[in-house]
Amino acid sequence: MRIRLHLNGKEITAEVPADMMLLDFVRAQGCYSVKRGCETSNCGLCTVWMDEKPVLSCSVLAARADGHRVVTLEGCQKEAEAFGAYLADQGAEQCGYCSPGFIMNVLAMEKELENPTDEEIREYLAGNLCRCSGYEGQLRAIRAYLDARKREA
Amino acid sequence: MTERCKMDPYLVGSKSCFFWKKGKVEIVDDAEVQNRRNMMFTIREYVKVSSLEEAYELNQKKTNVIFGGGVWLRLGKKHIQTAIDLSALGLDGITEDADAFSIGCMTTLHTLEIHEGIHAYTKGAVRESLRHIVGVQMRNCATVGGSIFGRFGFSDILCCLMGLDCDVELYRGGRVALTDFTRMKKDTDILVRVILKKSPVETVYLSQRNTATDFPVVSCAVSKDMQGYRAVVGARPCMPVEVRDTEGILCSKAITEKQIHAFGAWAAAQLAFADNTRASGAYRRHIAEVLIKRGLRQLTGGNDGCGFGCI
Amino acid sequence: MKYVNQPVRKKDAMALVTGKPVYTDDIAPKDCLVVKVLRSPYAHAEILEIQKETAEKMPGIVCVLTYADVPQRRFTMAGQTYPEPSPYDRLILDKRVRFVGDAVAIVAGEDEKTVDRAMKTIQVKYQVLEPLLDFRQAKDHPILVHPEADWKALCPVGADNKRNLCASGLEEYGDVDQVLAECDVVVENTYHTKAVQQTMMETFRTYTQMDTYGRLNVISSTQVPFHVRRILAHALDIPKSSIRVIKPRIGGGFGAKQTVVAEVYPAIVTWKTGRPAKIVYTREESLIASSPRHEMEVKVRIGATRDGRIRGIAVNTLSNTGAFGEHGPTTVGLSGHKSIPLYSKAEAFRFQYDVVYTNKMSAGAYRGYGATQGIFAVESAVNELADKLGMDPVVLREKNLTREGDVMHGYYGETANSCTLDRCLERAAQQIGWKEKYPRRIMPDGKIRGVGIAMAMQGSGISGVDTGAVSVKINDDGFYSLSIGAADMGTGCDTILAQMAADCLDCSVDEIVVYGVDTDISPYDSGSYASSTTYVTGMATVKACEALVEKMKAYGAKKLGCGVEEVDFDGECVYNLNSGRSISRRDMANEAMCAAEEALFATEAHSSPISPPPFMAGAVEVEIDPETGSIQLIDYVAVVDCGTVINPNLARVQVEGGLVQGIGMTLHENITYDEKGRLAENSLMQYKIPTRLDIGKLRVEFDSSYEQTGPFGAKSIGEIVINTPAPAIAQAIYHATGLRFTELPITPEKIVMGLQKHAD
Repeated sequence: MRIRLHLNGKEITAEVPADMMLLDFVRAQGCYSVKRGCETSNCGLCTVWMDEKPVLSCSVLAARADGHRVVTLEGCQKEAEAFGAYLADQGAEQCGYCSPGFIMNVLAMEKELENPTDEEIREYLAGNLCRCSGYEGQLRAIRAYLDARKREA
Repeated sequence: MTERCKMDPYLVGSKSCFFWKKGKVEIVDDAEVQNRRNMMFTIREYVKVSSLEEAYELNQKKTNVIFGGGVWLRLGKKHIQTAIDLSALGLDGITEDADAFSIGCMTTLHTLEIHEGIHAYTKGAVRESLRHIVGVQMRNCATVGGSIFGRFGFSDILCCLMGLDCDVELYRGGRVALTDFTRMKKDTDILVRVILKKSPVETVYLSQRNTATDFPVVSCAVSKDMQGYRAVVGARPCMPVEVRDTEGILCSKAITEKQIHAFGAWAAAQLAFADNTRASGAYRRHIAEVLIKRGLRQLTGGNDGCGFGCI
Repeated sequence: MKYVNQPVRKKDAMALVTGKPVYTDDIAPKDCLVVKVLRSPYAHAEILEIQKETAEKMPGIVCVLTYADVPQRRFTMAGQTYPEPSPYDRLILDKRVRFVGDAVAIVAGEDEKTVDRAMKTIQVKYQVLEPLLDFRQAKDHPILVHPEADWKALCPVGADNKRNLCASGLEEYGDVDQVLAECDVVVENTYHTKAVQQTMMETFRTYTQMDTYGRLNVISSTQVPFHVRRILAHALDIPKSSIRVIKPRIGGGFGAKQTVVAEVYPAIVTWKTGRPAKIVYTREESLIASSPRHEMEVKVRIGATRDGRIRGIAVNTLSNTGAFGEHGPTTVGLSGHKSIPLYSKAEAFRFQYDVVYTNKMSAGAYRGYGATQGIFAVESAVNELADKLGMDPVVLREKNLTREGDVMHGYYGETANSCTLDRCLERAAQQIGWKEKYPRRIMPDGKIRGVGIAMAMQGSGISGVDTGAVSVKINDDGFYSLSIGAADMGTGCDTILAQMAADCLDCSVDEIVVYGVDTDISPYDSGSYASSTTYVTGMATVKACEALVEKMKAYGAKKLGCGVEEVDFDGECVYNLNSGRSISRRDMANEAMCAAEEALFATEAHSSPISPPPFMAGAVEVEIDPETGSIQLIDYVAVVDCGTVINPNLARVQVEGGLVQGIGMTLHENITYDEKGRLAENSLMQYKIPTRLDIGKLRVEFDSSYEQTGPFGAKSIGEIVINTPAPAIAQAIYHATGLRFTELPITPEKIVMGLQKHAD
C-alpha cells in the first residue's frame, strides 16, 4: 500500500507492505538510529515521535503513519547533541545502543513535563530500558541538562 | 517414541492458565504468555475505513481484525487478511458532558491518563491504573478500545473502569454495562467508545507488581456507590470480577478496622485465583485481601499504611 | 598525570548519542541474505529425517543446511585462549539436539518473509528422548547428554562425558575437616543461583561476506574477535588464514559475547554460497539459545571460634553447564577462588566442584563469571555465622578480612599487594549508617527497614594466559594512532587506553586516534573479558608508548646529530639536554614519511603472572512491606578498590550498572523451566530486568590502593561490581523479616509465604 508522511521534516511517499512496522520502515529510509531491543514493546529502544508524541515504532504499523509527522533522532540532531553532551559527560551512554530511543523520550519529556521531580523523570522514562548504566548516570545527565536549560531561559 | 511433527519454529505454544472454580477446570486464555513468537505476524491488506459500517462489514470475516494500538495483536501468531483501521473516524478523543465522559475507542492510554477532567473526577484512580503500564511510549500506542475489547485478565484499566460506573458502546450491540461486557463472548462487533458515567461512586485503584512496570500480580478497584461497597479484583490472573458487599459487612456509618478486615477476608474468599509464572494463586488471594483492605481504608479516610504489627 | 584519573568523555560518545549507524546491523550490506535457525522443540531428541526439499525450492531461498551439510569436527564456542578448557562438544548442526532451542537447520534467503515461510515447510522427524533436566541428578545419570565418541576435552579439567561431567576438581589447603571439627561454631548451608541472562540491549548479530582475496570476512558484535577467527576456522574446518574478523561498535556484552553464539550460521552460509549473509537474533533467541550465567548450587561450611576468628571454609559447588560446556570448567573455579580468599586468615580451606551437563540451554560467561555465585554463598554464610555468634557482621568481617600483605591461599597463593578492603568495608558501613540502622527499624507505617552488607573480590585478567598487545605509531603532523585488539563494548576501553597513552606520550588525548578491532590489522589481544582490558592491555599500552618514545628519541637524536643518551622527549620535542636544540614531534613525523628507513611505530605485548584482585564492599538498606512482601531498595552504598581509577566517570557507571544487574539477579530475574525443558522467561515481557523505578539510590565511592604491576597503579572494575548485591540484599531482608533466603530471586511472594509460615 501507498503511504505519505513527513519523516524528519521531509514529505515522502512510499509503497509498503501492510504488515510493515514503522521501525522497519524508518530504518529502510536510512534512519539507523532507531533500534529494536525486543519484540514485545518492553524496551523503548525504538522510540520515535509521531505527531510530537513518543511512540514505540516497533508497535506502530507503517500504514498507521500515513498522513502523520514522524521524527527520529536523525531529525533532531541539534537537540540530540545538546542533551547527548550531558549524557557523554557522565559516561552514561556506555554502549549507546539504547541512547537514541532514550534521548527521544527525554526530549519528549522535556516538552510534556514542567519542572519534573526525579521521581517524575524516572516514571516518564520507565519504558526505556538500559542494561549498562544502572540509570543513575542518565538521571545525573538529565538533571544537569534541565538545570542548564532553566538557567538559559 | 517416534513422532512426526510439523516443526513449529516458535518452539513453544502459549502456556495456558488453569483456572479452578467450583471443581471445574477451564482453560483460560492468558494473553500475557502469548508472546512466544519469533516471527512477525502477517497482514495482507490494510484498510483505513471511512465508516463504522464499513468496519463492521469487514470485521465479519474471521481472518480480518480491528487494529487498535497493535501492541497486543502483533504478539499473536496471527495471519491477518485485512487489518481494519478506525483511526480516520475521529474516535481518538475524550468528550465530557454533564453526565459522562465519552472515551473514543482509539483514545490512547496516555491520553486517558493525562485527561484532567477524568483525573479529577476519579480522584486519581484512572491515572493510578495506567501509570505503571510499561512506559509512556507504549501508552501512547495502546488504545482504550483495544485494552477493553481484549478483555485481558491482566488489564489494569479494565479493572479500574469496572470499579467506576462504565458502559461500552458497541456498534451493533448498543450500550452495554462494562461488567456485562466482560462476560460476553468475544464476537465481531465493534467497541466504539467507553462511557464513564458521572455517578456518585468513589473508587480507589491499587495493584501489586513484581517490578514497577510489570503486569500486575493482582489488580484491585475498591468502590463505594449508592448500593454500598464493592471490590473488583483482576489479574487473578484471569478476568477482573466484582464482589459486592452482599453480606452487609460494611453497612454502618463509620467503618471500623474490624469491618475492613472482615470484608477483605470475605471478599477474597469469594474469588478464584490461579498460578502462573508471576505468582501463585495462594499469594494472589492474600494480596487481594490486603489490597481490598487498603482500598477500603483509603475510601473511608483511614490510614493506608500496611497496618502490620511489629515482628 | 593529565588524563589518567580524569573524567574524559568517551571517544565515540557523540556518535552514539546522535544515533550514528555504527553497529553491525546498521552497516551490513543491504543485499545480505537473511539467515535464520530452525530450532528444536524438544530438550533431547535424535533427528531421524529432515525434509527440506519444499523449502529449498521456494523462490528466494538460497540454501537450507542440516547436520548432513556441516563439517564433522567438534569444537567449542567458548571465547577462550587455545587450548580451551571448555570441551570440544559442538558441531554447527548436530543429529542430536540437546535443549529446547538447539539448532536443527539453517535457512538463508533473500528476505525475512521468505525465510519465515520456508522454515514452516521444513518437516523434521525426531526420535524424542527423555531429557536430563535436574542438574542435581546429572552426574552418573544413565541419560548421557554427550554420548558421542568424538567428544573431547583438550585440557585436564576433570571432564568425563560418560559421566555427564564437563569438569570436576578439588583444591585444599590444610585439613579443613579437622579445623571445622575444632571450631566453636560452624555454619552449613546451600545456596542456589539461576542461569540469569546478560540481556545486553543489542542481541547477538553478525554479517559475513567474501572479500577480494576469497577470504571470509566476519563483522560481528563480539568481545573476542581473535577467538572468533580461531573458532570459526575450527567450526568450518578451514584455515585460519581464510578468515578476517572485524568488531564494529557493539551494543553491550557483559560476557554474553565471549561465546561465539551466532557467528557460525552466517559464516557457513557465506562460505558455501559466496553470498553476503546476516543473522540478527531475536530477543527470544537471545533468551533461549545463548550463553547465560551458570546455574550453581554452592554448599558452604564455615567455622569460627567463639570470639569470631574464622578458621576454616569449605565450598562445594555444583555447576550446571547445560547442553554444552562453554566456560563450564573455568566459571566454576571462580566460585571458590573469588570467595574463599576474602578471608585469607583462615587456617584451612577446601574447594570441591563438579560441572555437569543437562538438557538445558548451554551456559556461558556473565560478568562475575562464577564469583557472583560463590560470593553470594560464602558472604551469606558469613552473615549467618555472625548471627550465630551473636556478633555484628561488620565486626566479624573486620576481624577476618584480607588485608594488604596477606597471602591468599585460596587464590593461587598470591599476596594481596594492593588492598583497601578494610577501608572499603568501614566506609560502606559508615555511609549506610550501619551503627544506627543495624539490624532493623520499624517505620511508622508498619514497613520494616533492614540493612545488609557484603564484600567481594574479582581478578584482573587471567594470570599467565591473557595477552594484550598494542601498537602505536606517529602520523603526519605528529598525531598518534593506537591500535588495539581489546574490544570496547561500550565500556570505554578505547578511551581509557588513549588516556593512558596520552599521559605516556605527554600529549592531548585528542591527538590519539584509536582503532579496534580488525584481526588483520590489530595486534593480538585475547579479548575483553576476565576484567583484563585495563590491567593487561593497559600495561601493553604503557609499554608500547614507552617503546615509541625510545624510537622517537633515537630518531630525533640522529636528526640532531647527537647520541640518544643526550636527548629527552617532552611530548612536543626531542631536545638535546645540553645544547637545548630540538626537533618537534611534527617535524619528526613528517620527515619520517619522506625517504625514511625507520618506522616510528612500536608494538608491545603484555601478560601478567598474577591477577591482582580488586576489592569492594556493598551495603544496602531495604524496606519491606510485610503485608505484600514488596521489597523497596532505599539506598545502596558501594566502596570499591580498583586500584587507580583511570576514568572516574566510566568507572562509576561500571559500578552503578553492575549493581543494578546484581539487584536484578537478586530480586527480579527468574528462570523457570517446565517439565519438558522449555524456558518460560523468553521475552523482556517475562524476563524482568530492573527498570529505573526498581532501584533505589546508588552511591559509589572509590578507595584506591596502588597496584604496582598495573598501568598507573590500576586493577580492574568491570566484573567485581555485580557481586555484592545478592548477599547484601539477602541479609537486609533477613534483618527486616527474619527470613533467610538461600535461593534467588527473592520475590515478594516468597517473603509473604515465608512470614506466614513463620507465624504458624
